[in-house]
Amino acid sequence: MRVVINGEAKDVPEGLNLRSLLEHLSLPHQRIAVEVDQQVIRKADWDQTLVSAGTRIEIVHFVGGG
Amino acid sequence: MTDKLTLAGKEFSSRLIIGTGKYRSFDEMKAAHKASGAEMVTVAVNRVPLDRKTESFLDHLDPAMQILPNTAGCYDADHAIRTARLAREALETDWIKLEVIGDQVTLLPDNEQTLEAAKVLVKEGFIVLPYFTDDLIMAKKLLDAGCPAVMPLAAPIGSGMGVQNPSNLRIMREQLPDATIIVDAGVGVPSDAAIAMELGADAILMNTAIAESNDPGQMATAMKLAVEAGRLAYLAGRMPKRLYASASSPIQGAIK
Repeated sequence: MRVVINGEAKDVPEGLNLRSLLEHLSLPHQRIAVEVDQQVIRKADWDQTLVSAGTRIEIVHFVGGG
Repeated sequence: MTDKLTLAGKEFSSRLIIGTGKYRSFDEMKAAHKASGAEMVTVAVNRVPLDRKTESFLDHLDPAMQILPNTAGCYDADHAIRTARLAREALETDWIKLEVIGDQVTLLPDNEQTLEAAKVLVKEGFIVLPYFTDDLIMAKKLLDAGCPAVMPLAAPIGSGMGVQNPSNLRIMREQLPDATIIVDAGVGVPSDAAIAMELGADAILMNTAIAESNDPGQMATAMKLAVEAGRLAYLAGRMPKRLYASASSPIQGAIK
């Protein structure tokens, strides 16, 4: 199944929720935030948010800035 | 000094807020942060790289620091609002440095989009600190929208040119005596910071001036002292400028 994560087209297994998607991508769960089709999904809702084909996902963390 | 900066109910002893970008190493950044005495640092929200492991940047910040995420890289209100919401979710903080850029070459702020985003974010409970052009009328609109402080630029981001329009800053201070004014962007050397503080700014936010110096730790110390000196001078009140001399020693009684 193809989704767009941080602007990149990616093939991921079917049936993932946001938490398992992060695990699939080997990303940490702390101090990051996830947006699905321009809506922030709170951590508490990661388990019940299923990833479907064509979804645009943004996963952000913090970097140095001014 | 008991002269504290209060922002959204939180007290700060330091009137210097510093960035975390452009440092050559984490060690240099940490040394600069320590030397600056700053109690608040800015960070940027950015896409997680998917192709490599990254260490957590936040682990390199003193946990006692107030973290102020920014909306850098946003060119319209919608992107800035989305970025602010992501920052809040990731950091569990309502604080946001709102920055909506209008143009890639000058990085000058888009005041109209900034105001639009500020109105939405204030309604959502954010503590919105907006970066904007040094304009009194825009400052009033941002304060009316519920921003607890306004952050006019001294000069373009990363330019190091210092306060380009001291009159605007003076007018803003005089017309908005109760507002918290934080000069954000454009400071290059400590004298620039001192000038902004002498003109009545309540605090200064800077990044490049420290990070790009040859010795960020030493420059951070210099900036700390300059901000303190400028603040003391503002509180003390400067002497009037005169076109002609005014003798410091008595004229009467000098030997003839």
